Amino acid sequence: MRDFYGVTLANGFMLGTAQYPSPAILADAFKRSAASVATVSLRRESGQDRAGQDFWQLIRNLNVHILPNTAGCHSVKEAVTTAHMAREVFDTKWIKLEVIGEEDTLQPDVFGLVEAARILTEDGFQVFPYTTEDLVVADRLLQAGCEVLMPWGAPIGSGLGLNNIFGLRAMRAHFPEVPLVIDAGLGLPSQAAQAMELGFDAVLLNTAVAKAGDPAAMAEAFATAVRAGQLAQAADPMEPRDMAAPSTPVIGKAFLT
Amino acid sequence: MRLQLNGETIEAVACSLADLLEAQGFGGTKIATAVNGCFVPGPVRADHTLADGDMIEVLAPMQGG
Repeated sequence: MRDFYGVTLANGFMLGTAQYPSPAILADAFKRSAASVATVSLRRESGQDRAGQDFWQLIRNLNVHILPNTAGCHSVKEAVTTAHMAREVFDTKWIKLEVIGEEDTLQPDVFGLVEAARILTEDGFQVFPYTTEDLVVADRLLQAGCEVLMPWGAPIGSGLGLNNIFGLRAMRAHFPEVPLVIDAGLGLPSQAAQAMELGFDAVLLNTAVAKAGDPAAMAEAFATAVRAGQLAQAADPMEPRDMAAPSTPVIGKAFLT
Repeated sequence: MRLQLNGETIEAVACSLADLLEAQGFGGTKIATAVNGCFVPGPVRADHTLADGDMIEVLAPMQGG
């Protein structure tokens, strides 16, 4: 697996922390899957409830890499300010940069994304941009200083899997040295395995695990699929062909007619 | 003076951002702050004097995908 800003991850499974039935189930999902990265966010805190403080303690106890996001930001200014606040709270240069451009699909505003990425990398951030499979945008993000790219598989929370296999395969081929993460849209472990078989370095997902009937079991299933896909990719899969080819030797077959 | 704290209107005497946070129960918490849309780092909160009408955001770690 390629490094992420100099960090070698134990595995290619990045897991979100939202929408779980309870904090205990969240913790169990991380324990059973051994996910290497947890995504987190920043939201308004109450001086009375202090809900964020309990969550922070829970996350610290997971002993995983923390990847704060700028989820919900629709402008460059919002995203950049949120990133600065996240860096202070989580004490990390990593930022999952989201600049949302369209409400129905939560498609990234790639123009704002590139601008925000440039501002943040110049300020010392290590940016994980949530982007599309567009090669030109990807190139602009790399020029802006990003060393990781995170194309969507499908719209956030949709569970549709890899909507554009051709585009994702082209992206992998076009940027052979760049760590690539499928971020968003996965619904089943088989889709995660497919992403890894394509040569992606990791998958990042949340809803498919958190909204499963048994989130911890689903997290383990995804982790297993990621491992299987990674092994398969490293094992150099066969080339598909249009016509049948017998696997059992023809030579030596009995003459029985 | 009247302030907006996380979208709620509050009344406060003239003070610094650090004073306000302490008075509002945020003492010792893991938070990040912004005033009028601009990030105010922790080390400078004591020197940041609030003015009538300021909009203050206090954010903390939360679940995210």
